[in-house]
Amino acid sequence: MVAFPDNIAPRRAIAVRVRSVLWVALLACCVLSLTTGATGVTLWDALVAAVTPAELPLAAKVVLWDIRLPRMLMAIVVGAALAVSGAVMQGLFRNPLADPGIVGVSAGAGTGAVIAIVLGSALPFGLASALGPWLVPLAAALGAWGTIMVLYAIATRRGVTTIATLLLAGIAISALAGALSGVLIYAADDTQLRDLTFWGLGSLAGATWTKLMAAAPLMIAGLLCARPLARGLNGLALGEAAAYHIGLPVQRLKRLAILSTAAATGAAVAVSGGIGFVGIVVPHLLRLISGPDHEELLPNAALLGASLLLLADLISRVIVAPAELPIGIITATLGGPFFLWLLLRGRALMGG
Amino acid sequence: MLIARNIHVTLGSKEILHGVSASFAPAQLSVIVGPNGSGKTTLLRALTAETAFDGQITLNGHDITQTPAWKLASMRAVLPQSTVLAFPFTVAEVVRLGQMGGIGAGGPDRTFDALHRVGLQGYASRFYSDLSGGEQQRVQLARVLLQVWQPISTNGAPRWLILDEPVSSLDIGHQLLVMQIARDFADQGGGVVAVMHDLNLSAMFADHMILMRNGQITAQGLVREVLVDDHLSHAYGCPLRVGVAPPDQSTFILPQMAGARA
Repeated sequence: MVAFPDNIAPRRAIAVRVRSVLWVALLACCVLSLTTGATGVTLWDALVAAVTPAELPLAAKVVLWDIRLPRMLMAIVVGAALAVSGAVMQGLFRNPLADPGIVGVSAGAGTGAVIAIVLGSALPFGLASALGPWLVPLAAALGAWGTIMVLYAIATRRGVTTIATLLLAGIAISALAGALSGVLIYAADDTQLRDLTFWGLGSLAGATWTKLMAAAPLMIAGLLCARPLARGLNGLALGEAAAYHIGLPVQRLKRLAILSTAAATGAAVAVSGGIGFVGIVVPHLLRLISGPDHEELLPNAALLGASLLLLADLISRVIVAPAELPIGIITATLGGPFFLWLLLRGRALMGG
Repeated sequence: MLIARNIHVTLGSKEILHGVSASFAPAQLSVIVGPNGSGKTTLLRALTAETAFDGQITLNGHDITQTPAWKLASMRAVLPQSTVLAFPFTVAEVVRLGQMGGIGAGGPDRTFDALHRVGLQGYASRFYSDLSGGEQQRVQLARVLLQVWQPISTNGAPRWLILDEPVSSLDIGHQLLVMQIARDFADQGGGVVAVMHDLNLSAMFADHMILMRNGQITAQGLVREVLVDDHLSHAYGCPLRVGVAPPDQSTFILPQMAGARA
């Protein structure tokens, strides 16, 4: 262990401590998520059944292994993907307000998904059937990627991003994406409309092993891509020119950051619809606690994002049980006021 | 050596530099001066490969457009005019970014030495965004110094400090401090290239001077060769007179003497 001078140590040490707390929290949320639900099946029942000869009733088995477990895993990867994408985008655009939902990346991903659902069957060479369940997540990731490229081209001049342009471009892109989706929905036939409706519900309720297997690899790939970006994003905070001067391969860094966010956000939107504010609340909270160093921020964001979404999903399941509230409502209720507080609090942080 | 041959830079549809050739020697403090819009900063951006250019620039024999960023970073550090940070980094965290590139990585942590060098000891855990413009500028200088801490690399090649108006937002005491840091770096064998506005500080500390006007070099050479009435009056477009102070014959320019005839 290299001895860090004492002024740097605290924030690093805090971040490390926060990480262990977050692991415990995630574990607790997982247990809660598995044991809570509309039916009375508890994890305890399952554990008892596992060690005693008594068979678990079939219904309980299905509830635990085919409904709650994939749903729990989905909440974990989606939460981690959204939170880390937020942190990476904020680092890339050098602005704490850049969030996939706010600047229109989620909308772009959504349009990608809608295009895949409505026009997927028109793809040549049996591409649609070859891709199978991967088609929608991939299309959403492509949509997200296209949106970030456009945003970057519009809002960044000579390595400097203007937040006003970024947010306004996000509004315009969201509107365009919405219009395009609208046209496609208008043109869709009955089966496609049914698919669209289910997709558009935007919750984790529909999580199945098939969906998880289709979307999780993309999200995990995005997360793995983000890990080596951490040092680069720290350097990028100085600006693109200075990052280049301290020896960072800036162009490659940006490309990787964009790919990582596109894959993670795209796949997350494809399976869960637009779950907002995770990408802005999580990184910001962590920066307040342990500083903006991305080497600590990114893994902590993944953990906190996962726990937060598990918790939000839990609330959405129990608050009006046996019915469910869409999870987007929960995150918006928690995240909206937080975002406003952020705006009021630090104009200095927003770059004017 | 840092050598630029026939550099043309075009921004938009306007050509900013019209065939500039200059060479900078190690162990010297070279300054680039000239009126606003004369292309000083553009030349500096070309020298650091920050902007695209026609022509050729070599740093210690390496063509800078063909050299990867990490290798350039091990040979030279660049101080920008001003730096706004996106996130609430502390001073120490900013300075340490200078050590993330090739040479300093894994070595002893010199964050505190660097901060001490620029007169900011005790600032390590302050937030960068809470500092004044002049303090921020010195934090950046500490970061840059950390990147090229040894003016000569282990294989004997000089390292370079490239400074864009390093004293523009500083009070006179810190102007002298920063110029002395640059002077020391050159005296220890490193090369320094600085864009300067202040002719008197330039005259006081520099060895070599490049005077620019309208995207071209109008004069270059030793400071006393360049800082003469004709060159200055031509470049700045107003009659200027160079004075010489008695004790050690150092050169000075007083605005009060503009237009005065000997």
